[in-house]
Amino acid sequence: MKRVKPGERVRVSCKVNGKAQSGFTESRTLLADFLRHELHLYGTHVGCEHSVCGACTVVLDGRLARSCSMLAVQVEGAEITTVEGLAADERLDSLRDAFSRHGALQCGFCTPGILASVSHFLSASQNPSEEAVRDMLSGHICRCTGYEGMIRAVMEFASGRREGASE
Amino acid sequence: MKPAPFEYCRPETLDEAVGLLAEFGDEALVMAGGLSLGALLNMRMVRPEAVIDINSLSVLDAIEMVGDEVRTGALARQADALASPICGVALPLLIAGLGHVGHYQTRSRGTLCGSVAHADPSAETALCLATLGGDVELTSTRGVRRMPVGEFILGALATAREGDEMVTALYWPGAIPGMRVAFEEISERHGDFAIVAAAAWAAPLESGWRYGFGLGGVEDKPLALRGDIVPVVESTEQAVGEVFDAIALNLSPMSDQRASADYRRHLAEHLGKQVLQSVFEGVAT
Repeated sequence: MKRVKPGERVRVSCKVNGKAQSGFTESRTLLADFLRHELHLYGTHVGCEHSVCGACTVVLDGRLARSCSMLAVQVEGAEITTVEGLAADERLDSLRDAFSRHGALQCGFCTPGILASVSHFLSASQNPSEEAVRDMLSGHICRCTGYEGMIRAVMEFASGRREGASE
Repeated sequence: MKPAPFEYCRPETLDEAVGLLAEFGDEALVMAGGLSLGALLNMRMVRPEAVIDINSLSVLDAIEMVGDEVRTGALARQADALASPICGVALPLLIAGLGHVGHYQTRSRGTLCGSVAHADPSAETALCLATLGGDVELTSTRGVRRMPVGEFILGALATAREGDEMVTALYWPGAIPGMRVAFEEISERHGDFAIVAAAAWAAPLESGWRYGFGLGGVEDKPLALRGDIVPVVESTEQAVGEVFDAIALNLSPMSDQRASADYRRHLAEHLGKQVLQSVFEGVAT
């Protein structure tokens, strides 16, 4: 059984975006802060720090996680994908292009979390309805766009992917 | 908004987990999905000596039929329940309620047991469990006990759990033939905490109907009522009024920054009668 005393600093090793990473953390350090300040992966943003706004969303062992509501010590041995990992994924090039053309982002603060959610959602749903896309995006707060551009971008990417697969 | 210092413990077995609870008692908090506890820690609304992370206890993630009941373990996530064929067949009310629980992103880690153990008055999972008449399983080094969720939840964020006990499972009565379910809620934004939520189920008997009816977010804990009713000439309206009045006559709704007591009373009647109407019409036809 692992026990970390208050104030004790321990090493945590995990795989982030396919690369082995390790850093030091206290028991109370949030995963989001560990990613940013220890691993210097500043793409993951911190908004509300209570699981609501979605800016800090990452993919953790195949599930979405709010990295502000998890502890860094919890991810020993885990596999994490952040927006930096998604940036290297060529399959998402046309999604990024669709986000750009449809005005699916403005200030970009919420975008890293949204891209994590969208990539996970589209890997689980091949043919999503607009209603399901809206429901998924409701887990993120965006104060710039009004969401409509995001919905169009995700729907266009999903239908383009279907056409690509049938060619 | 960062947690105060605490000792982090990650047990590998249930024995180790309840051993830690015996050691720390009230000074420890159990972390499953962390969606509620993480926020409480960050805002320092709780400052435990120890956080016991049960995410390594993968034996606790089971969703299984035990006789006529569904048993969901302490690590059964909300998304697991939504995807579970067992829940799809045996727990239609829970499936209807879970659509309102948080978001796609939070349901992936949030657990059913964690929500019930947290005992937020507006939580949908506890409302569904209370409406169905389910039980909570508690485990400590002293043994295992089961109690109805109506006795387990004492009020807002208050439960009958002793300091050395852990919620290890929920027991859900499975669907009965011909059962109809309905779940409705009003919240500021879809997926936010319910201002008022209403749940109902009904099933035909040889003579009359068996039903369950529950309201969440109205008082400091879920209100639920179950029974049998013989409607006058299959009149759903009379049955709706009778069942709703049985709960509503002594209603004393909460008042807070999101809604006044009067507004909650209004929503309770509107949504309560809506779900009752839906299930009674379903079994009448």
